[in-house]
Amino acid sequence: MESLRQVVGMLISGDPDLYEIIFLSLRVSFTAVALGILFGIPLGAFLSFKDFRGKQLAVNVLYTFMGLPPVLAGLFVYFLVTRHGPLGKWQLLFTPRAMIMAQFLLVFPIIAGLSMVAINSKAERYVATAISLGANSQQVAWTVIKEARLGIMAAIITAFGRAIAEVGAVMLVGGNIEHSTRVMTTAIMMETRKGNYTLALALGLVLLTISFITNSLLNYFQREVRT
Amino acid sequence: MWKKAKLGAKLLVILCIVGLLFTGCGKTESDTPSNNDPVEQSELAGKKIVLATTTSTQDSGLLDVLVPAFEEETGIEVDVVAVGTGQAITLAKEGNADVLLVHARADEDKFVEEGYGSEAWDVMYNQFLIVGPAEDPAGVKDSASAVEGLQKIAETGAKFVSRGDDSGTHKKELKIWKEAGIDPSGQEWYLSAGQGMGDTLKMADELRAYALTDEATFLAMDLELEVVSKGDPSLLNPYGIIKVNSSKEQEAASAFINFIVGEEGQKIIGEFGKEKFGSPLFTPDAKKR
Repeated sequence: MESLRQVVGMLISGDPDLYEIIFLSLRVSFTAVALGILFGIPLGAFLSFKDFRGKQLAVNVLYTFMGLPPVLAGLFVYFLVTRHGPLGKWQLLFTPRAMIMAQFLLVFPIIAGLSMVAINSKAERYVATAISLGANSQQVAWTVIKEARLGIMAAIITAFGRAIAEVGAVMLVGGNIEHSTRVMTTAIMMETRKGNYTLALALGLVLLTISFITNSLLNYFQREVRT
Repeated sequence: MWKKAKLGAKLLVILCIVGLLFTGCGKTESDTPSNNDPVEQSELAGKKIVLATTTSTQDSGLLDVLVPAFEEETGIEVDVVAVGTGQAITLAKEGNADVLLVHARADEDKFVEEGYGSEAWDVMYNQFLIVGPAEDPAGVKDSASAVEGLQKIAETGAKFVSRGDDSGTHKKELKIWKEAGIDPSGQEWYLSAGQGMGDTLKMADELRAYALTDEATFLAMDLELEVVSKGDPSLLNPYGIIKVNSSKEQEAASAFINFIVGEEGQKIIGEFGKEKFGSPLFTPDAKKR
């Protein structure tokens, strides 16, 4: 209880260390999701509209990567950016950029896969209509994606939830360095390891509150889009 | 009938089959060792205790030798929970462990004084090292003591990675900084990782930084870092073992402690690492406190 009061006090008094951690969490996860949207929705649309050999295999691979364990995503990025790795000379390890790369690997398949499903569910009905109205293939695609926006929004919310809650990958490639790469989840992990269970729990409640606020905003936006 | 079944039903059947396969496999595997066990060792055989310990004992591989030797002799099963010293002590205080094996003397004494533990023993010690990049930018290799070494790191502003996790190693590091008259927290060159020894060393290796490490973990890892300071008395690292008073397995817990501080346990500790590293990683020094 005392830890919770302590953390709430830190929130109210604007404790710089706590807010630094909160803002880095949001910055990393939002950037990863934004990149995921940029690449994931086009891939989802492509898989939905185009038929090609090996499409089922591609879809199965995508679904598998939707369940990618965060530590594994972290390991992929680690081997890319380690000092002797292919991207080693840019010194990305233990920086927020490496954390964004790892979270991107986690959210990209989710956004692509769930967007594909959302577009599939609208395609049948709207493709025929749009074509009968004389639309070209680009116009058809755009119409269907717009119709599928609710499903795509749900994909984005799911992806954000995965990113903000993830600890294994950002611990590995971020390193939980104070004032540099420490985020909410790694701070919770660290306090747990120290044995400060109640402080860890209080930080966890703060993280849940932040997720709640973010999701509320996204849902509000979703409702706006619908009407 | 299969064709007519609904998709959901099909999926359910497939999941059930897969699930059964896995549980089946798991069972056969876990059953084998106990079936093959030939002798009934003692009246304590079959009991199970939880050992809360630090990552260093686990990562060095010492427990992989000690624990099986004890299990074979007594038939008592030991579950090892290897975490930071802080978490290990919290686990023990909350009654989630039966024996505590850690290295943070002040905390250990407090644990016993507050009535959480008894039968406290010195078990062994190893040494801490200051490690850093081969080029040694701060010139720590030329310093006479560990304290002087850290002073040079601070003066030159060379990067230093700290455990920063309230572990025994972290507390040791803070103590030496204090002796050196330096408060490193918040300094730009001082990186507080809040992670285990292995992760901290990896980070120092990647960043070409200095770090304080226990010898066992350092030798067990393949890194480019070199030892820049060792042998100073302030770098000795004593381990203690304590029985947790709230344990429901008092006798089994005592048996484990007696084994570790007894002749056989101490011999295993003294031999450990000779083969692989040329010299033992820990020095046994069992003594009742």
